[in-house]
Amino acid sequence: MAEQRENLAGAGGAGLTRREAMLQLLRVGGVAAGAAGAGYWLSRHSTRPEPARALEARRDHRVATDAALPKLTVVQGGEPRELTRQALENLGGIRRFVSRQDVVVIKPNIAWDRTPEQAANTNPELVAEMVRQCWAAGAKRVVVTDVSCNEPRRCFQRSGIQAAARAEGAEVILPEPEMFREVDLGGVVLKNWPVFTPFLEADKLLNLPIAKHHALVGATLSMKNWYGILGGQRNRLHQQIHQSLVDLASFMLPTLTVMDCYRVLLRNGPTGGNLEDVALKKTVVAGTDPVALDAWVAKAYWNLDQEQLPYLQMAARRGLGTVDFETLPVKVSQLA
Amino acid sequence: MVQSRLPLLRRISQIFFLLVFLALLVFTSLRPAAGASGDIHLRAPVRLFFEWDPLVAVANALATHALYRGLLWSLIILLPTLFLGRFFCGWVCPMGTLQHYVGGMYSESKRGKQRIESNRYKRWQTIKYVVLIAGLVAAFFGSMAIGWLDPFSLLVRSLGLALLPAFNFAVHAVLLPMEQSNVGLIRTTGETLHTVLQATVLDFRQTHFAQGIVLGVLFVVILAASLRVTRLWCRSLCPLGALLGAVSRWSVLGLHKDAETCTRCNRCLLNCQGGDDPIGGVPWRKSECLMCMNCVDSCPEHSLTFRFFRNEKEVATPDIGRRRAVTGMAAGVVAVPLMRANTGMGKSRNDRLLRPPGSLDEEEFLSRCIRCGECMKVCPNNSLHPTLEQAGLQGLWTPTLVPRIGYCEPSCVLCSEVCPTGAIWQITPKEKGWVVGVGAQSQPVRLGTAFYDRGRCLPWAEATECIVCEEWCPVSPKAIYVEEAQVVDATGATRTLKQPRVDPSRCVGCGACEFACPLQDRPAVYVTSIGESRSPSAQILLNRK
Repeated sequence: MAEQRENLAGAGGAGLTRREAMLQLLRVGGVAAGAAGAGYWLSRHSTRPEPARALEARRDHRVATDAALPKLTVVQGGEPRELTRQALENLGGIRRFVSRQDVVVIKPNIAWDRTPEQAANTNPELVAEMVRQCWAAGAKRVVVTDVSCNEPRRCFQRSGIQAAARAEGAEVILPEPEMFREVDLGGVVLKNWPVFTPFLEADKLLNLPIAKHHALVGATLSMKNWYGILGGQRNRLHQQIHQSLVDLASFMLPTLTVMDCYRVLLRNGPTGGNLEDVALKKTVVAGTDPVALDAWVAKAYWNLDQEQLPYLQMAARRGLGTVDFETLPVKVSQLA
Repeated sequence: MVQSRLPLLRRISQIFFLLVFLALLVFTSLRPAAGASGDIHLRAPVRLFFEWDPLVAVANALATHALYRGLLWSLIILLPTLFLGRFFCGWVCPMGTLQHYVGGMYSESKRGKQRIESNRYKRWQTIKYVVLIAGLVAAFFGSMAIGWLDPFSLLVRSLGLALLPAFNFAVHAVLLPMEQSNVGLIRTTGETLHTVLQATVLDFRQTHFAQGIVLGVLFVVILAASLRVTRLWCRSLCPLGALLGAVSRWSVLGLHKDAETCTRCNRCLLNCQGGDDPIGGVPWRKSECLMCMNCVDSCPEHSLTFRFFRNEKEVATPDIGRRRAVTGMAAGVVAVPLMRANTGMGKSRNDRLLRPPGSLDEEEFLSRCIRCGECMKVCPNNSLHPTLEQAGLQGLWTPTLVPRIGYCEPSCVLCSEVCPTGAIWQITPKEKGWVVGVGAQSQPVRLGTAFYDRGRCLPWAEATECIVCEEWCPVSPKAIYVEEAQVVDATGATRTLKQPRVDPSRCVGCGACEFACPLQDRPAVYVTSIGESRSPSAQILLNRK
């Protein structure tokens, strides 16, 4: 209809009808008003870009202390699985730590492209036993993950942890760049850092480090394992390593720490590689006091006193544990 | 006619081989394998395709007087070509298939008469033979420059280093917002798609490559040229096509033209892929025909059939002529000395040219490397990149390690496993020899040596604790050792901290220290090629074997 009329009008050489002129003005006017409105609205919304607000959440996964049970236990002379079982038993059993329907995240050290014999990553059998225990306690999900230093696909495969944990039915999650979230760690030197999200979604967090030599701090133990929850430029942490370790340890408070000392990397850590650097200690040290745990292991294998490990003293002052492990009742079990 | 079904069969074959190729290409990467533990190998790297490539085989044989590893398999293509002609180009080659597809798209510049004219034989189709001759002569004198144009090299390089990473990026750009959506349905769809794509086509990590955009644009231009002239690249430049064309001289299968029934309607030219004159009245050009069989299907009079042992006039040899052949040879003879007269290999080697582990000495390396980019595609750390000028013009697009982007994983040998020509000779992690017992008397593969820039290194220059490099050093005992030193900080206080140094007898040049250095823009520790084990003339230490 409209087209026809236009044709007629064009053919007759006459201008638009009044009605058409009004409609055209309305259309153009509408677009003009819309553009002006949208422009004004947008101009009011110009703000300097700011980074997304960091999540503020101290992660306290600890369970209630029990005076009747030791805070630290040392089990010696067995294979990784039996050592782990005995350690849990000494501490009151897995059910003390993991409840039904819990989402459990297990944090072994899977930092390097090394085999279990080279003792740069947590023993896969120890991890597997832990997964099994969590299922037995009725966990809803059991996740095994770490943010590796070397190429993660290689680390997860060659450490044997991926296969061992999967065989026990755990979810093994490899770090992906999209899975990090900015978190305010609330530390003295560590403020906002990207944290790997699976660690933020845990009900219970089990720390499964391995004891290794480390040139800068003497030994890398349970607290240093928390490096593996971070993304970003974590190579800067060495500049104030003691404060960084304490900051991390006071942000992430684990349910339980089970330290792999089955094979201990005594020299050339934390990467190692040479089997001559590895000592077969057939030991698992576990407990709910990470400071005491680190102090015990540092003394036992590297003869390091607390004066040589400033971070332990700092952590004790922050109320994270007892650095004088001698004052604690330590339950020692000798298997076979 | 039964033969009119052949184009359909051909299409199926083309799609099949294209998919096989793409699958192999996508799986030329390290993927997290569910139950796997222990050493890491690739089951089906894309080099399997190169092993069928007679051009790579012939050039490799000319350059090295031997055939590397699986290249004997290229006889699977070469021998049937002797009998059947260039069926490979029309039925198998994935580069040909892609151009075939683009060439079939609607194009304004290729309609009706123009299309028929564009499919007539042209003299410029002989350029590829000149390229082939030049390339093979150059190979004989020690330069594998022909790899720039080998169709598989071109395809792996362009897809693997440019288009697949771009695709990866685009998919993530779409999926990420979907997965973060507040609408449950969108989120679930995004997550499901992500899982499915991750298991099939997506790479584990987003890769980036030097010159990626150049390689990608070149490839797109080559494909787009088919919109103007069908398979322009196959017809004019492809040296593999030229080789197969030359080889098909005595083939017993050929196009039979029935002169009695031909009405000169020119319809056979509409879909001709090779530009080989299937029309009546002129002889068929055997070396140009890709055996696509389209003409058989197009002929309304059924005058065209492919027959064995027919006796007809044909142009069997490429119509290249003595002059052009001599031009090609001259170009090949001149190319290598000319390139080597330049600095680069003879004098003043680039200090940052770090070749992948297992690489042969530079001269041997350049006589083998076809610049296919497989090593770069497979490297799990995205460490290997195509060179621009670092290896000289003759080394354009050969691999170099860029530790700032990725270091060499101590027990990884994937690049040496995928290399189709032995430029990176296949080694085992044990032969690589990193990690244990590296010293002056051991013979590990060394890529170079690390050096400190004490003006930038935190413990040396800024009175700040660091030694991340030492932590990462993968050899044992570590090639980076530290010494406690008293330094004065800005407040005048004395501090004790550890300063790193390199032991050149233990350093393998993996670049982990450079990668881990917190000074990201210009690292305070960096690897240069001096001391690389492949080169006896580039050693520092007197007592190194």
